[in-house]
Amino acid sequence: MLRRRVIPCLDVANGRVVKGTNFVDLVDEGDPPDLAQRYAHEGADEIVFLDIAAAPEGRGTLLDIVERTARRAFIPLTVGGGVRSVDDMRDVLRAGADKVSLNTRAVADPGLVTRCAARFGSQAVVVAIDARRVASGNPALPSGFEVVVQGGREPVGLDAIAWALRAVELGAGELLVTSIDRDGTGSGFDTDLLHAISSRVPVPVIASGGAAGPADFVTAIRDGGADAVLAAGIFHRSEYSIAQVKAAMAAAGLPVRALEQEIVT
Amino acid sequence: MTAAGTRVAIVDYGAGNLVSIEQALTTAGATVHRALSAGEIGPADLLVVPGVGAAAPAMDRLRRGGFVEPIRAWVAADRPFLGICLGLQLLFEGSDEDGAETLGIFPGRTVRLAGAPTLPHIGWNQVNRRREHPAFGGIVQGADFYFVHSYVGVPAGEAGRAVILGETDHGSRFVSAIARGRLLGVQFHPERSGANGLRLVANVVRLASAA
Repeated sequence: MLRRRVIPCLDVANGRVVKGTNFVDLVDEGDPPDLAQRYAHEGADEIVFLDIAAAPEGRGTLLDIVERTARRAFIPLTVGGGVRSVDDMRDVLRAGADKVSLNTRAVADPGLVTRCAARFGSQAVVVAIDARRVASGNPALPSGFEVVVQGGREPVGLDAIAWALRAVELGAGELLVTSIDRDGTGSGFDTDLLHAISSRVPVPVIASGGAAGPADFVTAIRDGGADAVLAAGIFHRSEYSIAQVKAAMAAAGLPVRALEQEIVT
Repeated sequence: MTAAGTRVAIVDYGAGNLVSIEQALTTAGATVHRALSAGEIGPADLLVVPGVGAAAPAMDRLRRGGFVEPIRAWVAADRPFLGICLGLQLLFEGSDEDGAETLGIFPGRTVRLAGAPTLPHIGWNQVNRRREHPAFGGIVQGADFYFVHSYVGVPAGEAGRAVILGETDHGSRFVSAIARGRLLGVQFHPERSGANGLRLVANVVRLASAA
């Protein structure tokens, strides 16, 4: 049976892992390959790297970090931030990423999703959607969720649920759905947002934004229909270990990957 | 020969991430090089065909690199071979994904995974072995490995079914590992499957060195 994944997220800026609230007030939390290796040993099912600075001049640094991480953590690596073309995606994959996440650029140039999927396969293309709640009654935003881009700073007047469906049609093989309202607040995942998307798309949905503790992971899966759950701060600050989160998921009857499966011969 | 002396050639046909498989093989003690064309396979004890994505562009690049006949000859001679993900699917006759004609080493086709609750099939899932195989030495029955794919190879006929080594469930049961002689093909990514995957890669390297 397919396991529900626990994914630590490393927000990277200028070669370091950082974490802030609502994408501002960033605090240094370590070296990306060190943290990725630590999480892999602790049982992380996958690592997500988001280059939140994503300045073109920093691409070389990012590719170097991706390669150093891929050589140390033998679990899947998804990289997002600053991918603007099929060639950019090729470079990130060749550096050692398994999947690439598209966000702001996919909104501006939806055809990029299709071009990347055609070249590398849908399974390598994640579309990241940052969404916020808006007041009901806006005919342009019937679901009550709006897409925001530029690291959560810029609303674009696009309905988040409609965009999720479109992204899958364009070729996305997975959706990384972040509630900007909840991100960094520890107030729990937005299960309404997650469920509205996961119930309408065939691809896996990764829940993001708002984890405070293990119970939130269970809720994101059970109520939100998420296939995987992503968190950053609670792991970086060692408030909870990945093992604690997985134990809570297992206790709730969710299938998780066992941490130790090796036997000695 | 020891594992440290095992020479591994990775077929590099632009199929994305080769860093992970290269690192897993190196960690197992192998000496690894990437072959951009068939002439660069050189003296090797183990041939690895990795790959993700669609079959047609992959076959185009294999043809351009002159790899098609050398791969068929390598397998026909029962030399140690590891096919990963698309590198397993290409061993069959053709793919429904884009109608591509593939290597045709085993009877059967690559088809879309049927009945899957989510697709692509992304994440860790169990590989249940139908028989024992030294590549899985030291790995528990039903261990989890990492998958990321929408299509699967379906062996056909008695000859095809005879090569089935492992199966996995995702809505329906599909073939996740095949083996014949010194060939191993896996739908999952051992290079991304943590300790179990590293053990499998180390086993494959060791078996190649003993060949």
